[in-house]
Amino acid sequence: MASVSRDFRRLRLDRVSREFGALHALREVSLEVERGEFIALLGPSGCGKTTALNCLAGLLPLTGGGIWLDNARIDRLKPEARGFGMVFQNYALFPHMSVRRNVGFGLRMQKRGRAEIAEKVEAALALVRLGDQGDKLPGQLSGGQQQRVAIARAIVIEPPLVLMDEPLSNLDAKLRLEMRAEIRRIHDQVGSTTIYVTHDQDEAVSLADRVVVMRGGTVRQVGPPAELYARPAHADVAEFMGYRNLLPTRVLSSDAGTARIAIGDAELIGTVIETLPGEAALAAIRPDDLVPRADGTLAATVAAVEYRGRGFFGAARTAAGTELFFRSDARVEPGEALLLGADRNRVLIYAGAA
Amino acid sequence: MSDAYAASERVPLRLRLSRRGIDGVTLLIVPSVLFVLALFIYPFLYGLALSFAPKEGGWLANYQKFFADPFYYDTIWKTLRLAVPVTIINVLLSIPIALRVRLMRHQRVLTTILVLPITLGTVLVADGLLTYLGPRGWLNRLVLDSGFSESPVHLVHNYWGVVLALVVSIFPFTFLLTLSSLTGIDPSLEGAASTLGATPRARFRYIVLPLLAPGLAINFCLSFVQAFSVFPSAVLLGDPAGTTRVISIAAYTAAFEQYDYSLASAIAMIMGLTQLAIVAGLLSSRGLFYRGSAAAAKG
Repeated sequence: MASVSRDFRRLRLDRVSREFGALHALREVSLEVERGEFIALLGPSGCGKTTALNCLAGLLPLTGGGIWLDNARIDRLKPEARGFGMVFQNYALFPHMSVRRNVGFGLRMQKRGRAEIAEKVEAALALVRLGDQGDKLPGQLSGGQQQRVAIARAIVIEPPLVLMDEPLSNLDAKLRLEMRAEIRRIHDQVGSTTIYVTHDQDEAVSLADRVVVMRGGTVRQVGPPAELYARPAHADVAEFMGYRNLLPTRVLSSDAGTARIAIGDAELIGTVIETLPGEAALAAIRPDDLVPRADGTLAATVAAVEYRGRGFFGAARTAAGTELFFRSDARVEPGEALLLGADRNRVLIYAGAA
Repeated sequence: MSDAYAASERVPLRLRLSRRGIDGVTLLIVPSVLFVLALFIYPFLYGLALSFAPKEGGWLANYQKFFADPFYYDTIWKTLRLAVPVTIINVLLSIPIALRVRLMRHQRVLTTILVLPITLGTVLVADGLLTYLGPRGWLNRLVLDSGFSESPVHLVHNYWGVVLALVVSIFPFTFLLTLSSLTGIDPSLEGAASTLGATPRARFRYIVLPLLAPGLAINFCLSFVQAFSVFPSAVLLGDPAGTTRVISIAAYTAAFEQYDYSLASAIAMIMGLTQLAIVAGLLSSRGLFYRGSAAAAKG
């Protein structure tokens, strides 16, 4: 079978589009991935991330654009000719085959020798720490074990690209953290190139070399996790990256990348991220960065407080009724009046709705 | 003994029954139990007893008569010669069609069309086929006019007429069963197989077929039982005195032409046992297949 090259240097999505009738699941998505990278496609449900993955795997034909592996166009190849390993959200293990046969399926399809298959399957099972479970049927395994079988099955064929579709979403919180570390370890150990779809920003930020934030079928921002975390390029990305305070504000004055803004009666200084067309803007502040302080300007009354180990997180309301989410190292009580503030480089200002 | 008696005195009967899952709702099965008793169990046992009370000879005389005379025992072979190929044709035909229909958007419309022959009944189908396939039917006129053949094709009043009638009238049933087994297989399994390099043919062989096999075995049994009890088609479209003298015709003649109900009952019993033997044989081979859920395994 004509298979694609394992030693590629760059995967390129060029204005990839996919329509379902009138619905544009993907609109001209362009992206370049270097060999060995771990890329996370992050976005809310319905943003097109799973569609993008299925298009890459060849399970869905494109309605526009192309996918290139170096100079070879692959978007018209059938999935079996691409040979990308895919880990499905529901694992899609073959229920009638033992774990060993599941993992060896790809090698059998490549008509590898019996001894070679046995050897590689054992190595893959050892890699996912399931060496002693080879003879069981998938139905006899726990969710976490099934998940690892699915990973072993995808990587044992040494695919040029490993695609993972929310592989941890069916696991409980503790297992999810363990498997997150496992996935990254396996990626580094095998030296594969991984594209990982998730709606969990923690997962994306902790796993990926670069995160692709998607929304409404388009790519909103691509960057290393730290950059997305500290400098989201758009207000909607900021919202998705945990900037819970998205406050409509007026710009009073601006110069050299900073601006003075008004939230109700309070004045604040922040960093301008998007060019501001007019007075109306949105200020984005993480709850972590909004704290009670002596020079705070946002007067608010505490409405609810939650203790979360490393501090108190709470919601407060200004006189005008704006809700603010904040953090406090000291205990605060509901009903208490606070003056909240944030560093100017942690107040991000976006062009936004009036 | 006395302890148990004391215990049963303390707990009311109603409570003791409900602990075993017997309560007011259980009464709802009474009508169906009566129905089965009156219309199946009783006639069956009556027929069984009747078959051992022949008009003349010992209690096994009917059975001896059946297995001594090729005029009788040949009917088993003749029925099998119809029922087995028809069932195989139906099951094999239903797989590719169901595979295709499963992917279609207007599945309901097509399914309805395919299932329509069930609603027509065997006699109407037989009548239609008689006209259509008969010596002066459309098919033969087409064959003669187009010059494919000098003489008309003989498709009615013989073996092939019955085969065709049975295929037409049982196929919808077989198809529906295949379709439902097939839709129970998670499509992501085939997706996964294709990303692992499996061609469509390999996906069918290694994924779809093994998961479909237990369903197909049941499907085969149910379709076979229907074909085995063929009567109207064998009479109307076949050659009821010769090649399609099936076992139900033998029972019918014994009962309503010779008025030997005892012999007819014995033939009916033999018919039932033959079916049972084949179904049991097939179902026991089901142990060889994977029989769990065909959904993607999930913990």
